[in-house]
Amino acid sequence: MTVNVKTLNDIIAPPGAAASALATEEYFVNMGPQHPIAHGSLRLVVRLDGETVREVIPVPGFVHRGIEKMAEHLSWRQLIHLTDRTDYLSALMNNWAVARTIEQAAGLATNDRIETVRTIVAELQRLQSHALWWGVLGMDLGAFTPFLYGFREREVISEIFEDTIGARLTMNYIQPGGLMYDIHPDFAQKTKRVLAYLKPKIDEYGTLLSGNVILQERLRNIGVLPAARAIALGCTGPVLRASGVPCDLRKVEPYGVYASAEFDVPVGSKGDCWDRYCVRIEEMRQSIRIVEQLIDHIPEGPHTTVKFGARIKVPEGIHYGQIETARGILGVTIVAGGKADAPYRLHFRSPNFNNLWAVTELARGWRIADIIAIQSTLDLVVPDIDR
Amino acid sequence: MTALASGIERREKVNRPAVRVPAERLLEVAARLRDDPALAFDMLVDHAAIDWHAENRFELFYHLFSTAHGHALTLTAFVPRDAPVVPTVSRIWPVAEWQEREAYDLMGILYDEHPDLRRLFLEDDWQGFPLRKDYRDPDMLEFQK
Repeated sequence: MTVNVKTLNDIIAPPGAAASALATEEYFVNMGPQHPIAHGSLRLVVRLDGETVREVIPVPGFVHRGIEKMAEHLSWRQLIHLTDRTDYLSALMNNWAVARTIEQAAGLATNDRIETVRTIVAELQRLQSHALWWGVLGMDLGAFTPFLYGFREREVISEIFEDTIGARLTMNYIQPGGLMYDIHPDFAQKTKRVLAYLKPKIDEYGTLLSGNVILQERLRNIGVLPAARAIALGCTGPVLRASGVPCDLRKVEPYGVYASAEFDVPVGSKGDCWDRYCVRIEEMRQSIRIVEQLIDHIPEGPHTTVKFGARIKVPEGIHYGQIETARGILGVTIVAGGKADAPYRLHFRSPNFNNLWAVTELARGWRIADIIAIQSTLDLVVPDIDR
Repeated sequence: MTALASGIERREKVNRPAVRVPAERLLEVAARLRDDPALAFDMLVDHAAIDWHAENRFELFYHLFSTAHGHALTLTAFVPRDAPVVPTVSRIWPVAEWQEREAYDLMGILYDEHPDLRRLFLEDDWQGFPLRKDYRDPDMLEFQK
């Protein structure tokens, strides 16, 4: 048997290495856990030779709250309230992933109104998430203005959510069997106004940042992720699509009302940082396109099919459900024990957890500054890695 | 195909195609699932473990997906609770290296020949494996019934 459990110290300071530490030029530098470019508390231990990166060792866990353990003590409906704390920029899509898995397992039906509203709010949030990513990417690479622009666009979408949901970041709206409240009377009108405002803004991003020579120099041909490696490393979402794999659950196994909406799945050709940048910019346009098609055709009907007091019964077994969040595939594995009103075991396949490890391969051989570009285009949300 | 199929049964009560594999045949089956062009399961979407405490065993599940064909399969394998050792599949699907580290960290599954088996979220000197059903943390009163 060769099971050998190691510690981080075994790697950073292997026994016997201390004596020769002065003789070698390689050294370790900690990036994070508290660092302006780490979008949350993520520690990267970087082995350097001069300024060249030899190895990146991610050390997650600073935001580990034991959400999977907590879930074993919460009822099917209460579960939703943990999901918005994982990937907080995709809160509604996380709600949806869990709600949908429970619905499939328990055989709960929804109606067209519910599915249409879910699709609209999910796309609005994808738009909002990418707008924030774009702003933060600019800031990471030394351009502060995009950060303010990104937040400005985020703000107008947050206002739509605030009207209907009452929250702006940690939103709990989609629940098994429907929505918590019906949409605000101004929802459609306000959304159309916001879309009309946002459309030219996406083009403005092009003139403000995308065409910038410094940005292009820092993104083009940096951190190339070939398609086969992207798949092997479990990358999903824009990261995988930038490598040229047109895998988007909204097309591959459509849920909500995506099947009736017309939209394209942008893919990259090379898989470098620039491709990941372009894919997300185009996805913002596609999200606007989807919402525009749906916003005038929200069917009438009740906003929930399950009474609030009703107990949800999930039959015994393993139930897996997945949806495409702003960052990739969020998979929910629910193991139900039968009678209990809570999962026996719940596991989140979070997109950021799986996308994170691409950094170990992408950053090798590049400079410290390139780690920042690579990490930024992977668009990591740390609480989703740690759960 | 008959040689491959021996010992492999359908795993009931899973909402997608699922098979149960003897733990000692896991590597062989996994390699075939990835390399056979008709199957081509090139992505390990998720891997984690379930603690069936009453049955005194863990169940490992592997959610597979084929980007070429668009089909999915779930593999499961049982390992005894007192010797939860299973071969690593990280040479077949590299992402398993970290998914398995999570399963070690939280559930205490030991992966044979794993290149870098370490704690992932918790500190290196953490005692016990929190997702096990019999885990007791002296400071976490709400988990003690």
